Amino acid sequence: MSDSVIKGRIHSFQSLGAVDGPGLRFVIFLQGCPLRCMYCHNPDTWNRSGGTEYTVDEVVAKVLRYRTYFGEDGGVTVSGGEALLQAPFVTELFRRLKAEGIHTCLDTSGLTHAGSGDSADGDEAILTALLCVTDLVICDIKFTYEEDYLAHTLGSLASVLYFLSLTQAASVPLWVRHVVVPGHTDSKEEVRAMVTLAMQYRNLRRIELLPFRKLCITKYESLRIPFPCADIPECPEAAIRELQNIIPETLR
Amino acid sequence: MEAWEGFVGETWKNEINVRDFIQNNYTPYDGDGSFLAEATDRTKELMGKLSHLFDLEQQFGGVLDIDTQHVTSLLNYKPGYLDKDKELIVGLQTDRPLRRGVNPFGGINMTRKACQAYGYELSEKVEEEFLYRTTHNDGVFRVYSDEIRKARHVGIITGLPDAYGRGRIIGDYRRVALYGVDRLIEEKTKDKAELAASQPMDAETIRRLEELYQQINFLGKLKDMALLYGIDISKPATNSREAIQWLYFGYLGAIKEQNGAAMSLGRTSTFLDIYFERDLKNGVYTESELQELLDDFVMKLRMARHLRTPEYNELFAGDPMWITESVGGMGEDGRTLVTKNSFRILNTLYTLGPSAEPNLTVLWSKDLPQNFKNFAAKVSCDTDAIQYENDDLMRPIYGDDYGIACCVSAMRLGKDMQFFGDRANLAKLLLMSLNGGRDERYNMQVGPEMPVYEDEYLDYDKVCERMAFYRDWLAKTYVTAMNMIHYMHDKYAYEKTQMALHDTNVHRYMAFGVAGLSVLADSLSAIKYAKVKPIRDPETGLIKDFETTGEFPCYGNDDDRVDLLAKEQTELFLAALKKTPTYRNAEHTLSILTITSNVMYGKKTGNTPDGRRAGEPFAPGANPMHGRDKSGALASLNSVAKLSYQTCKDGISNTFSIIPQALGHTENERCSNLIHILDGYFAQKAHHLNVNVLNRETLIDAMNHPEKYPTLTIRVSGYAVTFNKLTLEQKKEVISRTFHEAV
Repeated sequence: MSDSVIKGRIHSFQSLGAVDGPGLRFVIFLQGCPLRCMYCHNPDTWNRSGGTEYTVDEVVAKVLRYRTYFGEDGGVTVSGGEALLQAPFVTELFRRLKAEGIHTCLDTSGLTHAGSGDSADGDEAILTALLCVTDLVICDIKFTYEEDYLAHTLGSLASVLYFLSLTQAASVPLWVRHVVVPGHTDSKEEVRAMVTLAMQYRNLRRIELLPFRKLCITKYESLRIPFPCADIPECPEAAIRELQNIIPETLR
Repeated sequence: MEAWEGFVGETWKNEINVRDFIQNNYTPYDGDGSFLAEATDRTKELMGKLSHLFDLEQQFGGVLDIDTQHVTSLLNYKPGYLDKDKELIVGLQTDRPLRRGVNPFGGINMTRKACQAYGYELSEKVEEEFLYRTTHNDGVFRVYSDEIRKARHVGIITGLPDAYGRGRIIGDYRRVALYGVDRLIEEKTKDKAELAASQPMDAETIRRLEELYQQINFLGKLKDMALLYGIDISKPATNSREAIQWLYFGYLGAIKEQNGAAMSLGRTSTFLDIYFERDLKNGVYTESELQELLDDFVMKLRMARHLRTPEYNELFAGDPMWITESVGGMGEDGRTLVTKNSFRILNTLYTLGPSAEPNLTVLWSKDLPQNFKNFAAKVSCDTDAIQYENDDLMRPIYGDDYGIACCVSAMRLGKDMQFFGDRANLAKLLLMSLNGGRDERYNMQVGPEMPVYEDEYLDYDKVCERMAFYRDWLAKTYVTAMNMIHYMHDKYAYEKTQMALHDTNVHRYMAFGVAGLSVLADSLSAIKYAKVKPIRDPETGLIKDFETTGEFPCYGNDDDRVDLLAKEQTELFLAALKKTPTYRNAEHTLSILTITSNVMYGKKTGNTPDGRRAGEPFAPGANPMHGRDKSGALASLNSVAKLSYQTCKDGISNTFSIIPQALGHTENERCSNLIHILDGYFAQKAHHLNVNVLNRETLIDAMNHPEKYPTLTIRVSGYAVTFNKLTLEQKKEVISRTFHEAV
């Protein structure tokens, strides 16, 4: 195989994703993430040299096995890890999927160049190319203040906002997600601030609140990494329902 | 004729042809469920009474009462009622609700044991009577070979219907309503006269003549049975209530006469809708009254019972009757067969609450009206009580007036019947092939003798070669046993009422089955792609365990390397079955279905090369083994979809459990996603899907606190059960199954 074939480092595939974008989705979890979010659900995707390498052809062949399930609104969601770390691979994959008429969704933190030392300018061309073949962006806004963001994810909010501005410029529909962590991001003020921030973007279509869960605790144990949120209780459904009211009805 | 006023078409008037009547007169419905009525006070009161009886039945250990004095048949009990003044549809199997009759025609031992299991003694009167009768079971054991007995004993062939009714025959009960019994007798009498004049008068012709005599005789009894309730069904039904009542009497006659494992109803709701529409138009009934009639009918169906032994319940858990009602589907002319009554029958799960019976089966087509898809998906999410089968796959074979018997067995109504008989254990076939025909648990020579497999490691080709030899032997033994069973069943326990509601010339299937397909596929995959070292018992020399090193693909991950092995094994088995001719030239068919017997089969099977330990349950039906389908729900469905319905024409059962959170955030999303799953699965020519949308935690809680979940219904393998009716072992197995829960 020639060197010009782009390969992606993939953590795993989930053939049935019903909560990661519209309709039924084939979800591709990429390997490698620059963030270290305190409540991260997938610590096994952090390591950039882990996972298995796949060519675009191989992934497309897998996806096509599921096209009968996609219906009008389903398709493929690329998640992670952080998908933007492998933007050229995702771009090529999405280009091929679009050619097949398959809906493409990018599930990302929006962190474009944290820790890489690259300049934002260098990213722009790559990211715009990716957004050209992306039908929907799901962006997880984890914290709404720079200092919280840095403290709890080791990343920069500014980078996320820059990415969001690119999605707006490219007119890609945007869903914003936010994990509600008791004692950290579960106050009404927090959620209001997040909603206000998200609503600045004209391409915003939906805001989803996700409850903090601890199902990932076994992953931490098997990786022998301490789980920073081990002592935080799970977020009850009732709290989510209550906070939902803050989100304008058209965005729920 | 008043009864047929407003009905159009001619063919169905000149001959017995229910399909022609339906096609000429039904009204397709593509609207939504907003027209549906709620339960009336009368219905609620009656259902309350019935729920109380269901509770009592559970408290009494599963059987409320047994009449040990009378042998069940059409005229042997006084009329029974749930509430004589309030019931709209009448008729019980015995003289009291939930009291079970005894049916020793299949076998007196089974009846005796069943009575004893619940603290009763079969009466001397019945014992005496059967001293002078040959039962189906007597007949079969007079002719079984030693080899068949051994194969039954070790569990390589299990669950043969050689001690009770064979079941899976669907009378076309609609004929009673449309034509009245007199016309049916008239037609059968003509057929008999014609046959009597034919030559040569050989054994088969004489057999058929006697069968026709019996059919006509029992049609007479059916009329008399209805008269016990003060109702004359000799003429056609004239309105909705009568149509249900006539049809139900047909069904009641069948279940009074027969205790077959599956006593399915057919495809009645769209037929009945024709009467409902006429009465709505003429102002005879309101929507609420029609729902009430249907509710009353369904209550009767929920009360149907047969007396079984604990061993039987081990195979078929939860006291099922498989009163399967096929709903929806498309017509050959492209119009949908969904009517308002398709909604009403599903609506009984709301008006009367969730229930395992009747076994509501939606015939799914990509072309079903979107509103009906939405409604069915919502009912699934709310009740877990319906199953789906692929109409687009079956219609080209059976036309548009077929029904499902039991779980997955399609037959043209009134035109096809089947000789049913449980299944062969494919995992055990592999072990027996390695051990030269000896059973690994009993150390008993069952099949032809051959040295135990000798090499240090299992070689795929050598293993396949051995399997080919033992597969032929197993298939031949199986067909032979089935031929004996059905010869004797026809002779000693012929289904007179049900066959009277068939055409005189029927097409016969002989429905074989396999269990343990996923265990076999994974084991072969291990042998082919990893290294499997057999471990021998030092005393007996038999292979008792395996050491498997290396990776191998598992069935359920959409990986052709192993999925095609599973497919190939079904093809090989059907081909082997076909080498032995069947009784009455029935067509050989195959199913991949285990009911709940996957637990018992597992118990009877030793360690297997896939890593499954001795005694561990198999996966149900065609499902991948629990926990091995690691690529998500759709990959698992894709694997099953590769099995060919052309090979497994008697059905491929797949049970799918998913937690609500993994199916979508909101109810609407969940319904819409479920529809995509069904459309996507069936577009790949898959056959059947049981759908459960629930949490494992709910089941665990229900296991620990049964009183909190009196009506919790779950789909197991081709049918639904009330969770509380399962044994602890079966509950644990259900809980251990894969719940797709990736979020």
